[in-house]
Amino acid sequence: MSMLSTTAGQESYGSGRDQQMREITFGQAIREALAEEMRRDPKVFIIGEDVAEAGTVFKVLTGLVDEFGPSRVIDSPISEAGITGLGVGAAMTGMHPVVDIMFGDFIGLAMDQIVNQAAKVHYMSGGKLKVPLVVRTTLGATRRSAAQHSQSLHAWVSHVPGLKVALPSTPYDAKGLLKTAIRDGNPVIYFEDKMMYQLKGLVPEDEYTIPFGVADIKRPGSDISIVATSSMVHVALAAAEILDKSGISAEVIDPRTTFPLDKQTLVESAKKTSRAIVIDEGYERYGVTAEIASVIADGAFYYLDAPVKRMGAMDVPVPFSPVLEDLTVPTATSVAELAKTLCGRS
Amino acid sequence: MVYSETSKSVENVGDAGSVDESKLWIRAYEQMLKIRVFEEHVNELYRNAKMPGLAHLYTGEEAVAVGVCEALRRDDYITSTHRGHGHCLAKGASIDRMFAELLGKEPGYCRGKGGSMHIADQETGNLGANAIVGGSTALATGAAMSSKMRGTDQVTVCFFGDGALGQGVLYEAMNMASLWKLPVIYVCENNLYNEYTHFSETTAGEMDARPKAFGIHTEEVDGQDVRAVYSIAHRLVERARRGEGPAFMLCNTYRYHGHHVGDIQRSYYRSKEEEQLWMTQRDPLQLLSSWLVEQHLADLETFEQIEQRVRAEVAAGVEFALTAPFPDPSEVDRDVYA
Repeated sequence: MSMLSTTAGQESYGSGRDQQMREITFGQAIREALAEEMRRDPKVFIIGEDVAEAGTVFKVLTGLVDEFGPSRVIDSPISEAGITGLGVGAAMTGMHPVVDIMFGDFIGLAMDQIVNQAAKVHYMSGGKLKVPLVVRTTLGATRRSAAQHSQSLHAWVSHVPGLKVALPSTPYDAKGLLKTAIRDGNPVIYFEDKMMYQLKGLVPEDEYTIPFGVADIKRPGSDISIVATSSMVHVALAAAEILDKSGISAEVIDPRTTFPLDKQTLVESAKKTSRAIVIDEGYERYGVTAEIASVIADGAFYYLDAPVKRMGAMDVPVPFSPVLEDLTVPTATSVAELAKTLCGRS
Repeated sequence: MVYSETSKSVENVGDAGSVDESKLWIRAYEQMLKIRVFEEHVNELYRNAKMPGLAHLYTGEEAVAVGVCEALRRDDYITSTHRGHGHCLAKGASIDRMFAELLGKEPGYCRGKGGSMHIADQETGNLGANAIVGGSTALATGAAMSSKMRGTDQVTVCFFGDGALGQGVLYEAMNMASLWKLPVIYVCENNLYNEYTHFSETTAGEMDARPKAFGIHTEEVDGQDVRAVYSIAHRLVERARRGEGPAFMLCNTYRYHGHHVGDIQRSYYRSKEEEQLWMTQRDPLQLLSSWLVEQHLADLETFEQIEQRVRAEVAAGVEFALTAPFPDPSEVDRDVYA
């Protein structure tokens, strides 16, 4: 699957429509973003488990240690709380750390450092101290990794004031959002769909960044809005293809950051189409879908022809058996079915 | 008795008669008295319902903060705890802005957004007091890593109590500090109690075996003796500054008050006799003043002058805070993001 952001014109890259594009993977886009930022700013460094010679278990960082050396690409002990806390302390004193938490499930171990330390330092100090920290981690099921390596826990951190949360869904977004995250003066939790590392897409040769809080319309449409994050963007696009065959035009919108959230674009789309579904791979209950659905229901109430519906991961620990695991995540078919029902075509 | 049985005796810290030496200890006395009188007033503000919330008083432990901070430069870092007023003052915080913060006032160190448990003062290298027990151990270690990466010779001191020995993140941080020879000093203030529970009920094995297991240079000291604390801190700080790695100071001390200002009835966890013994036999101010008099470095008049000066400064600080304005309501959602 390869796609180009339809609203790329909003972004801050150099030479506009003449620019050279080439196809790279999601993983390569992340590596490029890190390498460019590390070249630009000597205060940027990476710390995490097996980030150096191993290049992480997903091989996303392969080669960075050769260019930047082991003092800037630091292999750490298996100590998620410790390395996140070290990152917070280093960020408070002038560095720009990128902490690698291999699986999103492991942020549980680092949660005090993220929630009670990183998120609150700036406010508690009356605005004097800053924490320009990036925590890179993963989300996404269907890798047959069972309950402790498959969760999508971005709702946890989206809940906490003081944190920003980025959820790229294409190589283009991955690179632009990561560069913005590293330059931000706040703690940013950046989630990568671990099933997406080999996904290819067009990325400009020239440098660019993507501002936070700007949603991207991945596919324009007129009958129903499907708001989708991260892994679910591709599910939504596949659903839109199915719907197209039934004569339903679906608009697919990717918020790209859950905080800051581009409420206006989401509401405008729902006003235009009069129907909305929100899909996200986090657990459905109390999830990201609930917040976004509420934003749309509030903002587009008088324009809606149907209740805003939402689909998240099933509220069960992620099972191992493929037969069971595949049931827990929204699919293109299930999203398309729900959309048809909302459009009165079931 | 628990105190000082295993502590090192006071080290010979040099020629007690030299002028610099005399200045150092008289300054240390004044700093300790400042903390003592500050905390007296905090307690009064609480009892008179002039302070919102609670505070955890440092009274009795003054020699640790002052002994350690006298060995630091202004640009060295510290991290502090919920019982942190002493650390902040010893590192150079001003009394008036401290009180203003405790009362939730606009000119406070954190514009009234932090309060007693979160005082941070970048200008004096105070990275902030942390109300999660052990919560600053990794932060301090990260600050030390940052100094090393930025090529400065700043040292970071991480203050925490015996209760923090129960927190896993301390061990993760010490492991990395030792692996990477980071310039951080872990200062454990063993005041005998994790809140309302004696440490012997919560802490298996020996305290000093913990840092030693990570290969961290460890020293135990009588935390009531500011000269002993300073002497060891000075040596360990300079060692860290030279790039020789982290150290751990186990300071045996005592908390005169309860866990917080509202912890009045304490008989279920410790005796009045124990408290009296520490206050009369092991008081850090008394120990230092007696020594200064014995050494003919100070007389009663010196102490009276210091006390007058300190009491006037603290009283002015309280007055400043009481009359200072509260933050504007528009402050409530400012500084959430940088």
